Order: sequence, then C-alpha cells, then structure tokens
Amino acid sequence: MSRRAVITGLGAVSPLGVGADALIDRWSRGETGIVDGDASCRDFDPLDFLSRKEARRADRFTQLALAASDEALGEAGWEEIPYDRRRVGCVIGTGIGGIGSLQEQSAVLREKGAKAVSPLAVPLMMANAGSAAVAMRHGLNGESFGVVSACAAGAHAIGAAVRMIRAGTADAVVAGGSESAMTEVAIAAFASMGATSPTGISRPFDARRDGFVMGEGAGVLLLEEADSARSRGAEILGEVVGYGASSDAHHLTAPDPSGTESARAIRMALEDAGITPSDLDYVNAHGTSTPLNDRSETGALKLALGDDASAVPVSSTKSVIGHLMGAAGAVEAVATTRALNRRVAPPTVGLERFEEGLDLDYVPGDARRLDGEHRLHAISNSFGFGGHNAVLCIATA
Amino acid sequence: MTIKADPQSAEEVIRKGLEELGADPGRVSREATFESLDVDSLDLVEIAQIVEDEFGVELGGDDVKELKTVGDAIDLVVAKSA
Repeated sequence: MSRRAVITGLGAVSPLGVGADALIDRWSRGETGIVDGDASCRDFDPLDFLSRKEARRADRFTQLALAASDEALGEAGWEEIPYDRRRVGCVIGTGIGGIGSLQEQSAVLREKGAKAVSPLAVPLMMANAGSAAVAMRHGLNGESFGVVSACAAGAHAIGAAVRMIRAGTADAVVAGGSESAMTEVAIAAFASMGATSPTGISRPFDARRDGFVMGEGAGVLLLEEADSARSRGAEILGEVVGYGASSDAHHLTAPDPSGTESARAIRMALEDAGITPSDLDYVNAHGTSTPLNDRSETGALKLALGDDASAVPVSSTKSVIGHLMGAAGAVEAVATTRALNRRVAPPTVGLERFEEGLDLDYVPGDARRLDGEHRLHAISNSFGFGGHNAVLCIATA
Repeated sequence: MTIKADPQSAEEVIRKGLEELGADPGRVSREATFESLDVDSLDLVEIAQIVEDEFGVELGGDDVKELKTVGDAIDLVVAKSA
C-alpha cells in the first residue's frame, strides 16, 4: 500500500484575520482584508503567541509562521507529538525571509557602525528562520529546511513535504509558507519593476487590474501519513493527492505567455492525483491581479484542462488578501482545503469588467455551492518570479 | 558622550538591558546566573553593545565568555571603566 499525505491541521494568519476560519469565513462572505491598499495582518499581535524574548528573537515572518503552526498543531490535537520526533519534519517556504530585520540592521550599520550591528541579525533574517523556529518550538527532530522560490515557495514547501511522507522519510511534516516583506525597500523595489498596483486595488482577472497588492501572512498544513493518522484517530480534513512542478526557463520575472510549463505542472498534479480534468471541482488560481499573470494563467488552464477549463469554477484568494508572496501558496492551500470541506467555491471579489480572452468562470459576485456528494478535488496554482511553477491537487477526506 | 561606570550605574544599565532582552525582572539580581535567566551568548553580545554605548567600555568575546552571574558583568564593567 503506498503512503499518502493527509491533512490533519490547518493554520493561517492573513489580512483577513488570525486563523484559518477567519480566512475562509470572511472570504466566502466576500469581505476583503485589504484596507486602502494595505494588506498587512492588522489583527496579529506576536505577544498573543510568544513571550517577549521569543518575539524579539524572531523576524515578523517567523512570528507569523509560529502562530500558524500553533494553530495547525492545535487543530490536529497535537498537545504531545504523537510520533517519533525524529520522523516529524518541518518545511516552511518564504519569498524573501527577514528583510525587515535586514533593513533595520542596514540602518544601524550606516548610523552607528559595524560593531553596533545586532548579533541576532543573521538568525532573524535568514530565509530558513521560520522552519528552524517552528521545529525548535515543537521539538521536531526530522528533516527541516526552508524553501525559497519567490511566490511559489509555499506550494513548493507543501509539495516537498508530501514527497517526504510518500518516500517514507517522515511520518508527519509541518509544511507551509510565511512572508512579511512590507518594508520600504521591498515596496519601492516591487513598485520600481511595475509589479504592484499603483491604485492599491487587487482585482484578479478584471480588465482594470494593474498589479498586485503586497500582503503578509503565513499558512501551515499539518500533513500526516494516512494510515498513521487514522490509527491515532485523527480527524482527516483532506489530502494532498497530487503535486506538479516545472520551470518556465523563460524570463527573470515575466511568465512564459504561452503557459506551456505552467500547464504541464497542472497536468502533472492531476496525473499524480490519478484524476482527469473533468474530475476537478474547483481551481484556486494564482490570480495575482497583474496584467501578465492573469492572462498567461488563463491560457495555462485552457491548455491543461482543455474543454473542461470553462466548466470549473476558478477564483483567486488574492482578491481579498492581496499577494502574500512566499506565503501565498500555503495560505491558499489552507483556504482551498477549508473551501472543499465546506463544499463552496469562494468568489473572486471585485471582478466586474471582463477582458477579451479572459473567459473562464472566475466566480464573480457571491460564493458558489459545489454540488454533489462525491469526493471533491481542487488544484491550487502558484507561480513565482524566476519561472517557478508549483501546483497542488487537494481532495476532501 | 559616555559616562564612567560605578557599581550602581553599571547595575542599572545591565539590569535594564536584561529586561529589554526579555529576562524576568523579578529574577534579575547580582547573584543570578545568566543561565538561570535564560541569557545566552547572543544576549551577552547585545549586553556588551549596550554597555559600550553607555560607558564606552569594550567587552570582547573572551571577556564575555567568562561571565557567569550578573554580578560578574557589573564588576567587569566597573573595573574596565576605572
């Protein structure tokens, strides 16, 4: 019997609030977490989760990862680790890591000199800090590392975790992504390359879309080997049934407009799951609200799904939380899992004006009921600067 | 401008620094060991930076390594400031 990775716990901190339920409840109601172009996690106070000492030894992206992982382990009922700790891994992706800490210490260096730079600077800013901190907090002695692939990092982290469980090198993995990069340098840099929205409005697939709104947050899935999870009596929330990944090898930042490789990642995820396009009930799009992504992603979905592309509801979480970059794939996997559990396709909020060629069913307006009593399947797409494509296929239990 | 350290001012600065790093204020005393306060080598580097800022006293890595208690640190700062 082959090993499978089921989901037993979810955690999220997003601009919609602290918790996976805040994310799915508010999104399903069509509420947005973006206020005047700001998609920060306003409700998040690190001291709700961490001591003062723990908080000052963690960059905000790490604090967010710790909060999301606490929630996921809590939902799974992990007061004690129910496995050999050496067989519990931890993989947390990020696009940038602790750039806030880096920026602060750069200022200290300029103003006060090299000797004043904090000894915490490296452990705060390193991109693997989230993974290290989560493993340390819960005493996980299995394989742990960070994943860095821009806006695909969260999905890659979950994909890597699924492979660890399938390969038998771990019985459980805490997997996800985290990002908090809303610093002056990063904001200026993304604006300078024309990636972010000058109007501060995230409206994926709308004709007026003009870039993404940078957000922050973290998402975590607790994955366990299916038989082990069942034998400990865990409630199964869903399963990551497929994973596909590829590279455009095309351009520093722009997606390949043909969508060839992103389409191949989608097909690989479906094949890995053992399903065909007609079995898909929902697509959680990357849907960044940039002119380029939303067009090439639409093309990729048509290439990968053929005639079935127009029949499946496609929506973008980024319409209500902005682009969480390295956390996006993980937060969106959390949202997708909850959406399937509730048998609902949440809407692409703000989509009003249609553009020639962008003609899929993007769920404008209200959330939609996913009909039937069958096992539901969805894919969640993530594409990163550099041409990284990662697609997860998630199913109900 | 830095000032000269005496036992009282050194204790005040070190105590404030430790509390800022997250040490339990009720447990900070001359006799308390850094280990008991959960103060590690990274924290001690920060304390050294605070002390240098305040008193112009430079504490090298070797100096800091020998410190066991809060009192050790106060005495070292006062001695180096003299």
